[in-house]
Amino acid sequence: MLVYGVALLSACLLLGMLAGQALGLALGIDANVGGVGIAMLLLVISSNSPRFKTLTSGAAAQGIGFWSAMYIPIVVAMAAQQNVAAAASGGLLAVVAGVAAVVVSFALVPILSRLGSRGDDA
Amino acid sequence: MIDLITAVFTRNSLIVAFAVIGATIWLSYFIADKLTAGRIHGSAIAIALGLVAAYWGGTVTGGTKGIADIGLLGGIGLMGGGMLRDFAIVSTAFGVQLGELKKAGLAGVVSIFAGVIVSFVVGAAVAVAFGYTDPIAITTIGAGAVTYIVGPVTGEAIGASGDVITLSVAAGLVKSILVMIGTPLVARSIGLNNPQSAMVFGGLMGTTSGVAAGLAATDPKLVPYGAMTATFYTGVGCLLGPSILYFCVSAVF
Repeated sequence: MLVYGVALLSACLLLGMLAGQALGLALGIDANVGGVGIAMLLLVISSNSPRFKTLTSGAAAQGIGFWSAMYIPIVVAMAAQQNVAAAASGGLLAVVAGVAAVVVSFALVPILSRLGSRGDDA
Repeated sequence: MIDLITAVFTRNSLIVAFAVIGATIWLSYFIADKLTAGRIHGSAIAIALGLVAAYWGGTVTGGTKGIADIGLLGGIGLMGGGMLRDFAIVSTAFGVQLGELKKAGLAGVVSIFAGVIVSFVVGAAVAVAFGYTDPIAITTIGAGAVTYIVGPVTGEAIGASGDVITLSVAAGLVKSILVMIGTPLVARSIGLNNPQSAMVFGGLMGTTSGVAAGLAATDPKLVPYGAMTATFYTGVGCLLGPSILYFCVSAVF
């Protein structure tokens, strides 16, 4: 059943969000700490486990695959509702701060990626 | 006639969004194929069109939700809102191998902390360069360079003024939009072509929307890896901003 996959996906997101919210509460901040990341881990674990086979194979897999294929359209809709006007009117300070943070972070990607692969060789 | 269309479209706003976004993506892939001969990815063009539309919507309506503030297109707000976005992001993890995640696990965690601290320091330095000397304002603007959520959370926690908080949100928005547009352009030169570098990338950039759109326009296969680390970033930022980072800034200024 296609809906089994969708239901598994929903369960993973809800559990992840609950865990993320609880983690935020435990740390004393009003934010969801990694809820989506935890949900993704739950989905990875269940899709790699034989116990969840009926929920992750056949038609059920298509139910998850549909949402995965809707990812880019949803991201386009997300881009279309960003507050671009506010970003553009934030003045020079906001633009310089944002651009500088991105440029420095981009530059760090190859450096930290190397750190990861070196750790792997050891 | 106009009333009839308005009534039907507003009552079925999510369906309108599916149709409009579908047409936008068709147009984008057409442009990518015919005008750039496939050099620029169709989804990169679609995201750029979305941002242009968002700018236009924001200027016309004066609202904060881009094109979604235009009545007939309100469904785009639901389609691209947090709920469906997170649902779709999680679905991309289907089929990911646990081994790939473990391989980059440590580098991923390091990159989250490095990303928050580096963006904060850069943002704070820019604030100082623009003449700010008040540690509260410097911290808030630095936190805004982390993400547009960390900025106001930090600012409100340490008692920043409204216009400084607004400035921090604007800095975070600039960052997020630049990551969306810039990622496909720099992907090759920063080695963003495997799960490991995608996890590091997500941890360093941290803006969920920026990473989600940037990786989608670069290589959709990398999305789950980048999104996984990026979702921890804002939480870590909210944790460090009003505490350790603020104390450090206060000690210097």
